[in-house]
Amino acid sequence: MTETDGQLAEMLESYPETVKKNRKKHLVIKNEAAESCPQIEANTRTIPGIISQRGCAYAGCKGVVVGPIKDMLTITHGPVGCGYYSWGTRRNKARADKTTPKDQVYSQLCFTTDMQEPDIVFGGEKKLAKMIDEVVALYHPRAINICATCPVGLIGDDIGAVAKAAMERHNIQVLAYNCEGYKGVSQSAGHHIANNTIMEKIVGTGTERKPGKHVINLLGEYNIGGDGWELERVLTEIGYTVNCVLTGDSSYLNIKTLHLADLNLVQCHRSINYIAEMMETRYGTPWLKVNFIGIEAMNQSLRQLAQCFGDPELEAKTEVVIQRETARVTAALDQYRKVCAGKTAFAFVGGSRSHHYQYLLRDLGMEVMVAGYEFAHRDDYEGRQVIPMIKTDADSKNIPELHLSPDPEKYREAHEHLSITKEQYEELKKEVPLSYYEGMYPNMKGGEVMIDDCNHHEIEELVARYKPDLIFSGVRDKYVAHKLGVASKQLHSYDYSGPYAGYNGALNFARDVTNALMTPAWNLIIPPWEKNGNEGSENHA
Amino acid sequence: MPESIPEPAAVHTTGKINPAKTCQPIGAMYAALGIHGCLPHSHGSQGCCAYHRMHLTRHFRDPVMASSSSFTEGASVFGGAANLKTSIKNVFAIYNPEVIAVHTTCLSETIGDDIPNILKTAEIPEGKTVIHINTPSYQGSHVTGFAGMCKAMVSYLSTSDGFQKDQVNVLPGFVNPGDMREIRRIVNELGVKLVMFPDTSGVLDTPLTGKYQMYPAGGATVAEIRDSGNSSLTLALGAFASNDAADLLQEKCGVTGIPLKLPIGLKATDAFIMAIRDWFGVEVPASLATERGQVVDTLIDTNIHYQGKTVAIFGDPDHVIAMTEFVLTLGMVPKYILTGTPGKAFATEITKMLEEAGITGSKVKAEGDLFELRQWIHEEKVDLLIGTTYGKYIARKEDIPLVRFGFPILDRAVHPLMPVVGYRGCLRLIEQISNALLDRRDRDSLDEDYELVL
Repeated sequence: MTETDGQLAEMLESYPETVKKNRKKHLVIKNEAAESCPQIEANTRTIPGIISQRGCAYAGCKGVVVGPIKDMLTITHGPVGCGYYSWGTRRNKARADKTTPKDQVYSQLCFTTDMQEPDIVFGGEKKLAKMIDEVVALYHPRAINICATCPVGLIGDDIGAVAKAAMERHNIQVLAYNCEGYKGVSQSAGHHIANNTIMEKIVGTGTERKPGKHVINLLGEYNIGGDGWELERVLTEIGYTVNCVLTGDSSYLNIKTLHLADLNLVQCHRSINYIAEMMETRYGTPWLKVNFIGIEAMNQSLRQLAQCFGDPELEAKTEVVIQRETARVTAALDQYRKVCAGKTAFAFVGGSRSHHYQYLLRDLGMEVMVAGYEFAHRDDYEGRQVIPMIKTDADSKNIPELHLSPDPEKYREAHEHLSITKEQYEELKKEVPLSYYEGMYPNMKGGEVMIDDCNHHEIEELVARYKPDLIFSGVRDKYVAHKLGVASKQLHSYDYSGPYAGYNGALNFARDVTNALMTPAWNLIIPPWEKNGNEGSENHA
Repeated sequence: MPESIPEPAAVHTTGKINPAKTCQPIGAMYAALGIHGCLPHSHGSQGCCAYHRMHLTRHFRDPVMASSSSFTEGASVFGGAANLKTSIKNVFAIYNPEVIAVHTTCLSETIGDDIPNILKTAEIPEGKTVIHINTPSYQGSHVTGFAGMCKAMVSYLSTSDGFQKDQVNVLPGFVNPGDMREIRRIVNELGVKLVMFPDTSGVLDTPLTGKYQMYPAGGATVAEIRDSGNSSLTLALGAFASNDAADLLQEKCGVTGIPLKLPIGLKATDAFIMAIRDWFGVEVPASLATERGQVVDTLIDTNIHYQGKTVAIFGDPDHVIAMTEFVLTLGMVPKYILTGTPGKAFATEITKMLEEAGITGSKVKAEGDLFELRQWIHEEKVDLLIGTTYGKYIARKEDIPLVRFGFPILDRAVHPLMPVVGYRGCLRLIEQISNALLDRRDRDSLDEDYELVL
């Protein structure tokens, strides 16, 4: 199916002129003939009044990046709502382990200063300080996060000063995140703020490297539905030591030693690329963008990963695991492929997921017609080569940019991290795209659509135009799709299933997608009395 | 939830740990969805609107639409007037609702945006309506926000034409669409004309037809809400959610308001029906008498399952008050009763009921949190927990059954369509409470005590 610009422009027709002009720039149709991706507008303001899917900086900082750190006690400083809505709603699973006992896992709890009117009028610093003292006495956490909500910045509460004083009183790290909801234009601002603080204050403070020949971090993996655990299963079997999955099931202790790993893998590019980049600058740690969603994608990422270390034994073991798992899973996928093949989908999710899931869907014979992100930047669509060309605007200027330099003691060249020679590293770079992400565009087929910050009106229009079989989005779109008679799966929460990553994840995903498409009720929408006489008895079959 | 219970010496007096309430705007958004053809609008940053829609959608499993002023840092510094005016223009142009119901957030409240003034200069198309309520998140709770939006409906829309009609206004409180549907059925059975607002039945419990309607058939129309000023009586169900609007209706249009409990439980349903019967002089039909008789029959037949058992109840104040009365009807012992919403009336009302029932030693608290509730339960266990989904952590740690009741229920489905109000609601609650206790008895029984008939 191909789309011309003109046809797609029709769906913008009912917009007021200014909205039309704006939204046009957020739409790109893949043109196979063109060499590079046309520019897509991204990470710019949503027009007021538009029913966007976007959240806020607090959601990106506390909800996505900071909240899952299981042994850090996270206090939301603000009125009750923000802490409440981000409590237990994201499925970032965490469990006790050898270094973190059960009673030091706080990620299922909600701590909020519950600011009241007098706190807004007279300031909330004292209340925050008192709450910190109380939770320290109650829980004895290793470290504390304080996440700000909108009014905090407006009334001028200095949460940095409160954190500093608390740190001195209790002799534990207390970190302040100025992630007020109005900052930036979406969750993305909050990712960046969280990345900055984690990088500046936690990374590099640990001294004990985990044992193992090849120690790696998996960044931007939030262990939704246990994804991180499935990936750890495979990576550990191959012979890696997974130092830290950031931030799904991560612990403060592991984040302290992030710099002692040999290589950073980046799964969700948008939410964590800052740490990957900053660690490369400060410690020389190389990073590799991976995609563990889909069998072929998983295999390719594992092969590239093994290649990085120039270790024949590791590469051989990688092949053994790939062969065994692929054979096992591919055979089991067949039954699902029969149902899914030829079906089409939309994907509006994540900071890399709308890209990643295209591979898994192709494994099932499905094709994504329209894909987009809520909070991506141009590089997530077009590739990192566009970063120098991205103009900073008033909104992005408000997010501090850390300018780091190499750590005089801890910096090592990339090849030293990987225990290979400089020459080997130069060769490696030609074969494996280190420190690079190509974005979503190259993987899409001619005529397919990329859309940034897609809104309710456009989803309705796109559904009418493309008639997809399945929509992958969040809960706010899920039931709209159902009412339209289109199956849908939440790809933020996996509809409470999972894991979807890795080999076992592919199977779970295939089963769930098949169920979503084939659930018998789809055939029962029209009541028998509204059908022609001859068809009326279908329901008795 | 951490395994260890902090030392008894440790204090928790500041902030909330595992809150039992959320912020005002979500309540305002829910109430606004009970106006036909209305798009709620959140005047703040996108995150608020995203969170509220997410949470409501998870509870109702139906589309929840709302727009946002999408504040940036600039708007937060210079004021959100331009954002609100642009929003109103775009919403009417693109989404074409009959009504926009604006609520504020802690962001726009802290910077002091003057909504009525901004609305004066907004472009509102002929025949369309914009209403508003201030819902600062740092006051009250989601119930307060709901009450505020109900009040806004009266202040903007209700009008007295100088005569009274033989019709009753019902302010149903922060209940599910299934409850509102049942309230309508009961009033219809009594043969009295009803104006109910807000009314989310037909909005958040819509059928799947293959066609999506942004504004489904349900909801109280602007004309109906306007006409509420001509009704002869208002029944305010649930003081926390409904009294403000009823008081204003009385003051503004002279409509007599009677405050009642949410009609959850036998006595509260009796009171609801009696209020209509007495005011309008109608006869209670045999059909309702039969329904009531079935409830009494069931209560007598099943008291062996629950009488004398202890129970902890938490949730929104109007729900908890009505539920406390009902468990007393069941002969159960409400031991811990807690709401996250502030308000002195809560403890007063509950304490009075406990005193009348001769129950002593219970703990009652408004503006509490679930950390505290768990401490209480851990110190002295109860047989049953009744509350929202958030109670599941306590239920698991303390190993007690949970009956899900109130808002929000995020981990079970169908509940928004199934009424807990009225006599039919009584039967549903009796079944849920009995089954929870019997399932536990079955689970805990030794082989020799595991019985076929209970």
